[in-house]
Amino acid sequence: MLIDWLAEPISYPFMQRGLAAAILVGVVCAVVGTYVVLRGMAFFGDALAHTILPGVALGYLVSGGARDVLFWWALGTAIFAALGIGAVSRNTRIKEDTAIGVIFAGMFALGIALISTARSYAVDLSHFLFGDVLGVSNQSLWRMAIFGGLVLVTIFMFYKEFLTLSFDPVLAATLRLPVGVLNNLLLVLIAVTIAVSMQTVGVALMVAMLVTPAATAYLLTYRLPVMMALAAGLATFSGVVGLYLSYYLSIASGAAIVLTATVIFFVVFLFSPGRGLVWSKGRV
Amino acid sequence: MYPHVHHRQDQPILDVHKLSLRYDGHMALEGISFHLHVGERVAVVGPNGAGKSTLFKLIAGVLAPTSGQVSVYGSGPRGHVCIAFIPQRSQVDWRFPVNVADVVMMGRSAKLRPLTWPGKHDWQLVREALRTVELGDLEKRQIGQLSGGQQQRMFIARALAQEAELMLMDEPLAGLDAPSQEGLLSLLARLQEKRVTVMVATHDLQQAAQYFDRILLINQRIIAFGMPEQVLKPQTLVQAYGGRLRLVDGEMGMLAMDDTCCEGGEEHEHAH
Repeated sequence: MLIDWLAEPISYPFMQRGLAAAILVGVVCAVVGTYVVLRGMAFFGDALAHTILPGVALGYLVSGGARDVLFWWALGTAIFAALGIGAVSRNTRIKEDTAIGVIFAGMFALGIALISTARSYAVDLSHFLFGDVLGVSNQSLWRMAIFGGLVLVTIFMFYKEFLTLSFDPVLAATLRLPVGVLNNLLLVLIAVTIAVSMQTVGVALMVAMLVTPAATAYLLTYRLPVMMALAAGLATFSGVVGLYLSYYLSIASGAAIVLTATVIFFVVFLFSPGRGLVWSKGRV
Repeated sequence: MYPHVHHRQDQPILDVHKLSLRYDGHMALEGISFHLHVGERVAVVGPNGAGKSTLFKLIAGVLAPTSGQVSVYGSGPRGHVCIAFIPQRSQVDWRFPVNVADVVMMGRSAKLRPLTWPGKHDWQLVREALRTVELGDLEKRQIGQLSGGQQQRMFIARALAQEAELMLMDEPLAGLDAPSQEGLLSLLARLQEKRVTVMVATHDLQQAAQYFDRILLINQRIIAFGMPEQVLKPQTLVQAYGGRLRLVDGEMGMLAMDDTCCEGGEEHEHAH
Protein backbone atom coordinates (compact mmCIF):
# COMPACT_ATOMS: atom_id res chain seq x y z
CA MET A 1 0.00 0.00 0.00
CA LEU A 2 2.63 2.45 1.10
CA ILE A 3 4.79 1.29 -1.78
CA ASP A 4 1.96 1.99 -4.22
CA TRP A 5 1.34 5.33 -2.60
CA LEU A 6 5.02 6.23 -3.02
CA ALA A 7 5.43 4.67 -6.46
CA GLU A 8 2.37 6.12 -8.17
CA PRO A 9 3.65 9.69 -8.62
CA ILE A 10 7.06 8.57 -9.90
CA SER A 11 5.48 6.58 -12.69
CA TYR A 12 4.94 9.88 -14.49
CA PRO A 13 7.99 11.21 -16.36
CA PHE A 14 7.09 14.80 -15.45
CA MET A 15 7.19 13.84 -11.77
CA GLN A 16 10.55 12.11 -12.21
CA ARG A 17 11.98 15.23 -13.80
CA GLY A 18 10.32 17.36 -11.13
CA LEU A 19 11.88 15.32 -8.33
CA ALA A 20 15.31 15.45 -9.96
CA ALA A 21 14.99 19.22 -10.40
CA ALA A 22 13.78 19.77 -6.83
CA ILE A 23 16.65 17.75 -5.36
CA LEU A 24 19.27 19.38 -7.60
CA VAL A 25 18.09 22.90 -6.86
CA GLY A 26 17.70 22.06 -3.18
CA VAL A 27 21.28 20.83 -2.81
CA VAL A 28 22.90 23.72 -4.73
CA CYS A 29 20.80 26.36 -2.93
CA ALA A 30 21.50 24.78 0.47
CA VAL A 31 25.29 24.69 0.02
CA VAL A 32 25.50 28.26 -1.34
CA GLY A 33 22.88 29.24 1.25
CA THR A 34 25.27 28.24 4.04
CA TYR A 35 27.39 31.27 3.17
CA VAL A 36 24.28 33.41 2.65
CA VAL A 37 23.22 32.60 6.22
CA LEU A 38 26.66 32.94 7.82
CA ARG A 39 27.38 36.26 6.11
CA GLY A 40 23.92 37.73 6.75
CA MET A 41 23.10 38.05 3.03
CA ALA A 42 19.46 36.84 3.12
CA PHE A 43 18.10 40.21 2.03
CA PHE A 44 20.68 40.41 -0.77
CA GLY A 45 19.65 36.94 -1.99
CA ASP A 46 15.95 37.82 -1.93
CA ALA A 47 16.60 41.09 -3.76
CA LEU A 48 18.83 39.46 -6.36
CA ALA A 49 16.17 36.84 -7.15
CA HIS A 50 13.57 39.56 -7.73
CA THR A 51 15.99 41.72 -9.71
CA ILE A 52 16.31 39.15 -12.52
CA LEU A 53 12.61 39.46 -13.42
CA PRO A 54 13.01 42.22 -16.05
CA GLY A 55 15.78 40.25 -17.79
CA VAL A 56 13.68 37.12 -17.88
CA ALA A 57 10.62 39.09 -19.02
CA LEU A 58 12.60 40.72 -21.81
CA GLY A 59 13.91 37.34 -22.94
CA TYR A 60 10.36 36.00 -22.89
CA LEU A 61 9.05 38.84 -25.06
CA VAL A 62 12.02 38.75 -27.46
CA SER A 63 11.88 34.97 -27.96
CA GLY A 64 8.11 35.02 -28.41
CA GLY A 65 7.31 32.86 -25.39
CA ALA A 66 9.97 30.14 -25.71
CA ARG A 67 10.90 28.75 -22.26
CA ASP A 68 14.26 27.14 -22.99
CA VAL A 69 16.21 30.31 -23.72
CA LEU A 70 15.04 31.94 -20.49
CA PHE A 71 17.82 30.31 -18.49
CA TRP A 72 20.45 32.35 -20.37
CA TRP A 73 18.52 35.57 -19.84
CA ALA A 74 18.18 34.76 -16.15
CA LEU A 75 21.88 33.92 -15.88
CA GLY A 76 23.03 37.11 -17.61
CA THR A 77 20.70 39.35 -15.62
CA ALA A 78 21.57 37.68 -12.31
CA ILE A 79 25.34 38.06 -12.76
CA PHE A 80 24.97 41.65 -13.96
CA ALA A 81 22.64 42.51 -11.06
CA ALA A 82 24.81 40.76 -8.45
CA LEU A 83 27.96 42.66 -9.43
CA GLY A 84 25.91 45.87 -9.87
CA ILE A 85 24.32 45.66 -6.43
CA GLY A 86 27.74 44.81 -5.00
CA ALA A 87 29.33 47.89 -6.58
CA VAL A 88 26.47 50.24 -5.67
CA SER A 89 26.36 49.13 -2.05
CA ARG A 90 30.13 49.65 -1.71
CA ASN A 91 30.15 53.12 -3.27
CA THR A 92 27.19 55.07 -1.98
CA ARG A 93 26.46 57.37 0.87
CA ILE A 94 23.24 55.52 1.73
CA LYS A 95 23.22 52.31 3.70
CA GLU A 96 23.67 49.02 1.88
CA ASP A 97 20.21 47.58 2.60
CA THR A 98 18.55 50.82 1.51
CA ALA A 99 20.46 50.80 -1.79
CA ILE A 100 19.50 47.17 -2.35
CA GLY A 101 15.86 47.94 -1.53
CA VAL A 102 15.66 50.77 -4.05
CA ILE A 103 17.26 48.78 -6.89
CA PHE A 104 15.35 45.58 -6.16
CA ALA A 105 11.86 47.11 -6.05
CA GLY A 106 12.53 49.21 -9.15
CA MET A 107 13.79 46.27 -11.18
CA PHE A 108 10.93 44.07 -10.02
CA ALA A 109 8.40 46.72 -11.08
CA LEU A 110 10.10 46.93 -14.47
CA GLY A 111 9.79 43.17 -14.84
CA ILE A 112 6.07 43.21 -14.03
CA ALA A 113 5.54 46.12 -16.43
CA LEU A 114 7.25 44.19 -19.24
CA ILE A 115 5.30 40.98 -18.64
CA SER A 116 2.03 42.89 -18.46
CA THR A 117 2.45 43.78 -22.16
CA ALA A 118 2.07 40.09 -23.07
CA ARG A 119 -1.39 38.65 -23.66
CA SER A 120 -1.16 35.66 -21.30
CA TYR A 121 -0.06 38.00 -18.53
CA ALA A 122 -1.41 36.25 -15.42
CA VAL A 123 -0.24 32.71 -16.26
CA ASP A 124 3.24 33.80 -17.35
CA LEU A 125 3.75 36.00 -14.32
CA SER A 126 2.79 33.25 -11.91
CA HIS A 127 5.27 30.88 -13.56
CA PHE A 128 8.09 33.38 -13.12
CA LEU A 129 7.09 34.24 -9.57
CA PHE A 130 6.39 30.78 -8.22
CA GLY A 131 8.16 28.42 -10.61
CA ASP A 132 6.88 25.38 -12.44
CA VAL A 133 8.87 22.40 -11.25
CA LEU A 134 6.60 19.92 -13.05
CA GLY A 135 7.19 21.65 -16.39
CA VAL A 136 10.98 21.15 -16.40
CA SER A 137 12.26 19.66 -19.67
CA ASN A 138 15.07 17.12 -20.01
CA GLN A 139 17.22 19.72 -21.68
CA SER A 140 16.83 22.25 -18.90
CA LEU A 141 17.42 19.52 -16.32
CA TRP A 142 20.82 18.85 -17.89
CA ARG A 143 21.62 22.54 -17.95
CA MET A 144 20.69 22.84 -14.27
CA ALA A 145 22.90 19.85 -13.45
CA ILE A 146 25.91 21.30 -15.29
CA PHE A 147 25.68 24.82 -13.86
CA GLY A 148 24.69 23.58 -10.39
CA GLY A 149 27.68 21.22 -10.50
CA LEU A 150 29.97 24.10 -11.46
CA VAL A 151 28.77 26.09 -8.43
CA LEU A 152 29.40 23.17 -6.06
CA VAL A 153 32.86 22.48 -7.50
CA THR A 154 33.83 26.16 -7.11
CA ILE A 155 32.64 26.23 -3.48
CA PHE A 156 34.69 23.09 -2.84
CA MET A 157 37.84 24.41 -4.57
CA PHE A 158 37.83 27.72 -2.71
CA TYR A 159 36.72 26.23 0.62
CA LYS A 160 39.57 27.63 2.74
CA GLU A 161 39.43 31.05 1.08
CA PHE A 162 35.65 31.47 1.50
CA LEU A 163 35.81 30.17 5.07
CA THR A 164 38.59 32.58 6.06
CA LEU A 165 36.93 35.51 4.30
CA SER A 166 33.54 34.85 5.89
CA PHE A 167 34.83 34.35 9.42
CA ASP A 168 37.38 37.18 9.51
CA PRO A 169 37.72 39.55 6.52
CA VAL A 170 40.61 41.38 8.21
CA LEU A 171 42.54 38.10 8.50
CA ALA A 172 41.85 37.41 4.82
CA ALA A 173 43.31 40.84 4.01
CA THR A 174 46.44 40.35 6.15
CA LEU A 175 46.96 36.94 4.57
CA ARG A 176 46.82 38.83 1.24
CA LEU A 177 44.01 36.70 -0.14
CA PRO A 178 42.38 38.46 -3.14
CA VAL A 179 39.45 39.69 -1.02
CA GLY A 180 37.71 41.72 -3.73
CA VAL A 181 37.89 38.90 -6.29
CA LEU A 182 36.64 36.33 -3.77
CA ASN A 183 33.75 38.56 -2.67
CA ASN A 184 32.67 39.04 -6.28
CA LEU A 185 33.10 35.34 -6.98
CA LEU A 186 30.70 34.55 -4.16
CA LEU A 187 28.17 37.05 -5.54
CA VAL A 188 28.45 35.40 -8.96
CA LEU A 189 27.94 31.95 -7.41
CA ILE A 190 24.74 33.17 -5.73
CA ALA A 191 23.65 34.64 -9.08
CA VAL A 192 24.25 31.37 -10.95
CA THR A 193 22.39 29.48 -8.23
CA ILE A 194 19.40 31.78 -8.65
CA ALA A 195 19.41 31.32 -12.44
CA VAL A 196 19.59 27.54 -12.01
CA SER A 197 16.70 27.56 -9.53
CA MET A 198 14.42 30.07 -11.24
CA GLN A 199 12.28 27.59 -13.15
CA THR A 200 11.86 25.29 -10.16
CA VAL A 201 10.96 27.67 -7.34
CA GLY A 202 10.41 31.01 -9.05
CA VAL A 203 11.79 34.36 -7.89
CA ALA A 204 9.40 34.98 -5.01
CA LEU A 205 10.24 31.89 -2.94
CA MET A 206 13.93 31.69 -3.92
CA VAL A 207 15.18 33.15 -0.65
CA ALA A 208 13.55 30.30 1.27
CA MET A 209 15.57 27.74 -0.71
CA LEU A 210 18.75 29.70 0.01
CA VAL A 211 18.14 30.39 3.67
CA THR A 212 15.77 27.90 5.33
CA PRO A 213 17.66 24.57 5.06
CA ALA A 214 20.96 26.30 5.88
CA ALA A 215 19.40 28.02 8.89
CA THR A 216 18.03 24.70 10.15
CA ALA A 217 21.44 23.08 9.73
CA TYR A 218 23.05 26.00 11.58
CA LEU A 219 20.97 25.09 14.63
CA LEU A 220 22.15 21.48 14.52
CA THR A 221 25.94 21.63 14.19
CA TYR A 222 29.10 23.50 15.11
CA ARG A 223 31.08 22.58 11.97
CA LEU A 224 30.85 24.22 8.56
CA PRO A 225 31.25 21.06 6.39
CA VAL A 226 28.60 19.31 8.51
CA MET A 227 26.35 22.35 8.17
CA MET A 228 26.66 22.18 4.37
CA ALA A 229 25.94 18.44 4.26
CA LEU A 230 23.00 18.72 6.66
CA ALA A 231 21.53 21.66 4.73
CA ALA A 232 21.79 19.66 1.48
CA GLY A 233 20.13 16.66 3.13
CA LEU A 234 17.32 18.75 4.60
CA ALA A 235 16.74 20.43 1.23
CA THR A 236 16.57 17.06 -0.52
CA PHE A 237 14.11 15.76 2.06
CA SER A 238 11.96 18.92 1.77
CA GLY A 239 12.01 18.67 -2.02
CA VAL A 240 10.80 15.06 -2.05
CA VAL A 241 8.20 15.46 0.71
CA GLY A 242 7.02 18.73 -0.80
CA LEU A 243 6.46 17.19 -4.22
CA TYR A 244 4.47 14.28 -2.76
CA LEU A 245 2.36 16.73 -0.78
CA SER A 246 1.87 18.75 -3.92
CA TYR A 247 0.79 15.61 -5.83
CA TYR A 248 -1.66 14.25 -3.27
CA LEU A 249 -3.04 17.51 -1.87
CA SER A 250 -3.01 19.41 -5.18
CA ILE A 251 -1.12 22.40 -3.84
CA ALA A 252 1.47 24.43 -5.74
CA SER A 253 4.77 22.50 -5.79
CA GLY A 254 7.14 25.37 -4.95
CA ALA A 255 5.00 26.40 -1.99
CA ALA A 256 4.77 22.79 -0.77
CA ILE A 257 8.57 22.42 -0.81
CA VAL A 258 9.13 25.70 1.01
CA LEU A 259 6.43 24.92 3.60
CA THR A 260 8.00 21.54 4.32
CA ALA A 261 11.41 23.15 4.85
CA THR A 262 9.82 25.81 7.08
CA VAL A 263 8.04 23.25 9.28
CA ILE A 264 11.33 21.37 9.73
CA PHE A 265 13.03 24.64 10.68
CA PHE A 266 10.49 25.39 13.40
CA VAL A 267 10.60 21.85 14.79
CA VAL A 268 14.40 22.11 15.06
CA PHE A 269 14.21 25.67 16.36
CA LEU A 270 11.96 24.50 19.21
CA PHE A 271 13.47 21.11 20.01
CA SER A 272 17.12 21.01 18.86
CA PRO A 273 19.27 19.45 21.59
CA GLY A 274 21.22 22.03 23.53
CA ARG A 275 20.07 25.03 21.52
CA GLY A 276 16.32 24.66 20.93
CA LEU A 277 13.90 27.08 22.55
CA VAL A 278 12.13 24.37 24.53
CA TRP A 279 15.42 22.86 25.66
CA SER A 280 16.81 26.13 26.97
CA LYS A 281 13.49 27.08 28.63
CA GLY A 282 13.38 23.69 30.32
CA ARG A 283 16.82 24.17 31.81
CA VAL A 284 16.21 27.59 33.28
CA MET B 1 47.99 34.48 -6.93
CA TYR B 2 49.07 35.15 -3.33
CA PRO B 3 52.33 37.19 -3.33
CA HIS B 4 55.03 36.88 -0.68
CA VAL B 5 58.09 39.14 -0.58
CA HIS B 6 61.49 38.40 0.89
CA HIS B 7 62.69 39.94 4.12
CA ARG B 8 65.78 42.13 4.17
CA GLN B 9 67.35 41.36 7.51
CA ASP B 10 69.38 44.60 7.51
CA GLN B 11 66.10 46.58 7.71
CA PRO B 12 64.01 47.04 10.88
CA ILE B 13 61.01 44.73 11.18
CA LEU B 14 58.77 47.78 11.21
CA ASP B 15 59.50 51.30 10.04
CA VAL B 16 56.63 53.78 10.05
CA HIS B 17 57.37 57.06 8.30
CA LYS B 18 55.19 60.21 8.48
CA LEU B 19 52.03 58.11 8.37
CA SER B 20 48.73 60.01 8.04
CA LEU B 21 45.17 58.94 7.42
CA ARG B 22 42.37 61.33 6.59
CA TYR B 23 38.95 59.80 7.15
CA ASP B 24 35.57 61.45 6.59
CA GLY B 25 37.18 64.88 6.42
CA HIS B 26 39.21 64.71 9.64
CA MET B 27 42.68 63.43 10.43
CA ALA B 28 42.43 60.03 12.13
CA LEU B 29 46.22 59.82 12.34
CA GLU B 30 48.81 62.45 11.54
CA GLY B 31 52.57 62.31 11.01
CA ILE B 32 53.24 59.04 12.83
CA SER B 33 56.93 58.00 12.64
CA PHE B 34 58.71 55.30 14.66
CA HIS B 35 60.51 52.02 14.15
CA LEU B 36 60.70 48.72 16.02
CA HIS B 37 63.41 46.10 16.46
CA VAL B 38 62.91 42.35 16.20
CA GLY B 39 61.50 40.80 19.37
CA GLU B 40 60.39 44.05 21.00
CA ARG B 41 57.20 44.24 23.04
CA VAL B 42 55.48 47.59 22.66
CA ALA B 43 52.29 48.79 24.34
CA VAL B 44 50.20 51.29 22.38
CA VAL B 45 48.17 53.51 24.69
CA GLY B 46 45.95 56.51 24.22
CA PRO B 47 42.34 57.56 24.81
CA ASN B 48 39.36 56.13 22.94
CA GLY B 49 39.39 57.35 19.36
CA ALA B 50 43.14 58.01 19.50
CA GLY B 51 43.55 55.81 16.41
CA LYS B 52 45.09 52.67 17.91
CA SER B 53 43.02 50.21 15.84
CA THR B 54 43.47 52.40 12.77
CA LEU B 55 47.24 52.45 13.25
CA PHE B 56 47.29 48.65 13.44
CA LYS B 57 45.21 48.33 10.27
CA LEU B 58 47.57 50.69 8.42
CA ILE B 59 50.59 48.70 9.61
CA ALA B 60 48.88 45.44 8.58
CA GLY B 61 48.18 46.90 5.13
CA VAL B 62 44.42 46.45 5.53
CA LEU B 63 43.87 50.21 5.20
CA ALA B 64 45.86 52.44 2.85
CA PRO B 65 47.34 55.64 4.32
CA THR B 66 46.55 59.09 2.91
CA SER B 67 50.28 59.83 3.04
CA GLY B 68 53.46 58.35 4.47
CA GLN B 69 54.74 54.78 4.42
CA VAL B 70 54.87 51.59 6.41
CA SER B 71 57.88 49.35 5.72
CA VAL B 72 58.23 45.82 7.01
CA TYR B 73 61.77 44.52 6.55
CA GLY B 74 62.32 47.23 3.95
CA SER B 75 59.16 46.91 1.83
CA GLY B 76 55.47 47.85 1.99
CA PRO B 77 53.13 45.74 4.16
CA ARG B 78 50.91 44.48 1.35
CA GLY B 79 53.40 41.92 0.11
CA HIS B 80 53.91 40.43 3.56
CA VAL B 81 52.07 37.55 5.17
CA CYS B 82 54.16 37.77 8.36
CA ILE B 83 51.90 40.38 9.99
CA ALA B 84 49.06 39.12 12.20
CA PHE B 85 46.18 41.32 13.31
CA ILE B 86 44.47 39.88 16.37
CA PRO B 87 40.95 41.31 16.58
CA GLN B 88 39.08 42.52 19.63
CA ARG B 89 36.86 39.76 20.95
CA SER B 90 33.77 41.93 20.46
CA GLN B 91 34.48 42.02 16.69
CA VAL B 92 34.22 38.24 16.26
CA ASP B 93 31.14 36.13 15.45
CA TRP B 94 31.50 33.51 18.20
CA ARG B 95 28.55 31.48 16.90
CA PHE B 96 30.29 30.80 13.58
CA PRO B 97 30.32 27.01 13.00
CA VAL B 98 34.05 26.38 13.47
CA ASN B 99 36.11 24.75 16.20
CA VAL B 100 39.44 25.86 17.65
CA ALA B 101 41.55 23.85 15.19
CA ASP B 102 39.54 25.26 12.23
CA VAL B 103 40.29 28.83 13.29
CA VAL B 104 43.99 28.17 13.87
CA MET B 105 44.20 26.41 10.48
CA MET B 106 42.88 29.61 8.84
CA GLY B 107 46.29 31.09 9.64
CA ARG B 108 47.74 28.62 7.12
CA SER B 109 45.52 29.91 4.26
CA ALA B 110 48.26 32.15 2.92
CA LYS B 111 51.03 29.53 2.97
CA LEU B 112 48.82 26.99 1.22
CA ARG B 113 48.65 27.55 -2.49
CA PRO B 114 45.24 28.12 -4.10
CA LEU B 115 43.27 24.90 -4.66
CA THR B 116 45.33 22.92 -2.15
CA TRP B 117 44.29 21.40 1.18
CA PRO B 118 46.14 21.39 4.51
CA GLY B 119 48.77 18.65 4.69
CA LYS B 120 50.63 16.89 7.48
CA HIS B 121 53.04 19.78 7.98
CA ASP B 122 50.15 22.26 8.38
CA TRP B 123 48.40 20.11 10.98
CA GLN B 124 51.71 19.73 12.80
CA LEU B 125 52.13 23.51 12.95
CA VAL B 126 48.54 23.96 14.13
CA ARG B 127 48.97 21.41 16.95
CA GLU B 128 52.31 22.94 17.93
CA ALA B 129 50.76 26.42 18.02
CA LEU B 130 47.90 25.15 20.18
CA ARG B 131 50.37 23.54 22.58
CA THR B 132 52.36 26.79 22.81
CA VAL B 133 49.25 28.66 23.95
CA GLU B 134 48.16 25.74 26.18
CA LEU B 135 45.01 24.88 24.24
CA GLY B 136 46.26 21.47 23.10
CA ASP B 137 43.30 19.56 24.55
CA LEU B 138 40.63 21.99 23.32
CA GLU B 139 41.23 21.78 19.57
CA LYS B 140 37.80 20.24 18.90
CA ARG B 141 35.89 22.74 21.06
CA GLN B 142 33.42 25.13 19.38
CA ILE B 143 34.86 28.64 19.69
CA GLY B 144 31.83 30.09 21.50
CA GLN B 145 32.40 27.67 24.38
CA LEU B 146 35.86 29.02 25.19
CA SER B 147 36.51 31.47 28.02
CA GLY B 148 37.67 34.98 27.12
CA GLY B 149 41.31 34.17 27.87
CA GLN B 150 41.15 30.98 25.80
CA GLN B 151 39.59 32.86 22.88
CA GLN B 152 42.43 35.36 22.96
CA ARG B 153 45.06 32.60 23.10
CA MET B 154 43.38 30.82 20.19
CA PHE B 155 43.98 33.90 18.04
CA ILE B 156 47.62 34.00 19.13
CA ALA B 157 47.86 30.33 18.08
CA ARG B 158 46.38 31.32 14.72
CA ALA B 159 49.08 34.00 14.37
CA LEU B 160 51.74 31.39 15.23
CA ALA B 161 50.32 29.00 12.61
CA GLN B 162 50.55 31.93 10.18
CA GLU B 163 54.27 32.09 11.12
CA ALA B 164 53.73 35.75 11.93
CA GLU B 165 56.77 37.76 12.98
CA LEU B 166 54.84 40.90 13.88
CA MET B 167 51.67 40.53 15.96
CA LEU B 168 49.29 43.44 16.37
CA MET B 169 46.85 42.82 19.22
CA ASP B 170 43.83 45.05 19.65
CA GLU B 171 42.87 45.27 23.33
CA PRO B 172 43.65 41.61 24.09
CA LEU B 173 43.41 42.17 27.85
CA ALA B 174 40.03 43.94 27.81
CA GLY B 175 37.30 42.09 29.65
CA LEU B 176 39.58 39.31 30.96
CA ASP B 177 39.77 38.39 34.65
CA ALA B 178 43.09 38.81 36.46
CA PRO B 179 44.36 35.19 36.07
CA SER B 180 43.58 35.22 32.33
CA GLN B 181 45.44 38.52 31.98
CA GLU B 182 48.42 37.02 33.81
CA GLY B 183 48.35 33.97 31.52
CA LEU B 184 48.25 36.14 28.42
CA LEU B 185 51.07 38.41 29.60
CA SER B 186 53.33 35.44 30.34
CA LEU B 187 52.48 34.07 26.91
CA LEU B 188 53.69 37.39 25.44
CA ALA B 189 57.02 36.84 27.23
CA ARG B 190 57.32 33.40 25.58
CA LEU B 191 56.60 34.98 22.18
CA GLN B 192 59.56 37.27 22.78
CA GLU B 193 61.79 34.18 23.14
CA LYS B 194 60.54 33.14 19.68
CA ARG B 195 61.68 36.57 18.41
CA VAL B 196 58.10 37.57 17.64
CA THR B 197 57.65 41.34 17.72
CA VAL B 198 54.46 42.34 19.51
CA MET B 199 52.39 45.54 19.57
CA VAL B 200 49.53 45.55 22.04
CA ALA B 201 46.84 48.22 22.28
CA THR B 202 45.78 48.54 25.91
CA HIS B 203 43.94 50.80 28.31
CA ASP B 204 45.86 49.66 31.38
CA LEU B 205 48.78 52.02 31.82
CA GLN B 206 50.08 50.11 34.82
CA GLN B 207 50.34 46.86 32.87
CA ALA B 208 51.87 48.77 29.98
CA ALA B 209 54.59 50.03 32.28
CA GLN B 210 55.17 46.67 33.96
CA TYR B 211 55.22 44.23 31.06
CA PHE B 212 56.37 46.11 27.96
CA ASP B 213 59.79 47.26 26.75
CA ARG B 214 58.51 50.49 25.26
CA ILE B 215 55.28 52.47 25.26
CA LEU B 216 53.83 54.35 22.30
CA LEU B 217 51.46 57.04 23.56
CA ILE B 218 49.24 58.41 20.81
CA ASN B 219 46.27 60.65 20.29
CA GLN B 220 46.00 61.11 16.51
CA ARG B 221 49.73 61.94 16.62
CA ILE B 222 52.57 60.55 18.68
CA ILE B 223 52.65 62.18 22.11
CA ALA B 224 55.60 60.15 23.40
CA PHE B 225 57.49 56.96 22.54
CA GLY B 226 60.10 55.30 24.73
CA MET B 227 60.77 53.48 27.98
CA PRO B 228 57.77 53.44 30.33
CA GLU B 229 59.31 55.93 32.79
CA GLN B 230 60.00 58.37 29.95
CA VAL B 231 56.49 58.15 28.56
CA LEU B 232 54.23 57.93 31.59
CA LYS B 233 54.92 61.36 32.97
CA PRO B 234 52.10 63.65 34.13
CA GLN B 235 52.68 66.29 31.44
CA THR B 236 52.67 63.80 28.51
CA LEU B 237 49.65 61.98 29.93
CA VAL B 238 47.66 65.18 30.33
CA GLN B 239 48.64 66.06 26.76
CA ALA B 240 47.23 62.75 25.51
CA TYR B 241 44.17 62.36 27.67
CA GLY B 242 43.28 65.91 28.64
CA GLY B 243 40.90 65.75 31.60
CA ARG B 244 39.91 62.12 31.00
CA LEU B 245 42.50 60.67 33.35
CA ARG B 246 42.76 59.92 37.03
CA LEU B 247 46.19 60.13 38.61
CA VAL B 248 46.65 57.80 41.57
CA ASP B 249 49.55 57.46 44.00
CA GLY B 250 50.85 53.89 43.93
CA GLU B 251 53.88 51.92 45.12
CA MET B 252 55.82 52.75 42.00
CA GLY B 253 55.16 56.44 42.34
CA MET B 254 52.54 58.21 40.28
CA LEU B 255 50.14 55.84 38.53
CA ALA B 256 47.76 56.91 35.86
CA MET B 257 44.46 55.17 35.25
CA ASP B 258 42.63 55.69 32.02
CA ASP B 259 38.99 55.96 33.01
CA THR B 260 37.60 55.36 29.54
CA CYS B 261 36.50 51.86 28.80
CA CYS B 262 37.19 49.74 25.83
CA GLU B 263 33.68 49.19 24.48
CA GLY B 264 33.52 52.54 22.65
CA GLY B 265 32.52 52.30 19.02
CA GLU B 266 34.39 55.21 17.50
CA GLU B 267 37.71 53.42 17.20
CA HIS B 268 36.21 50.66 15.08
CA GLU B 269 34.47 52.67 12.45
CA HIS B 270 37.14 51.83 9.88
CA ALA B 271 36.59 48.12 10.31
CA HIS B 272 34.84 47.61 7.00
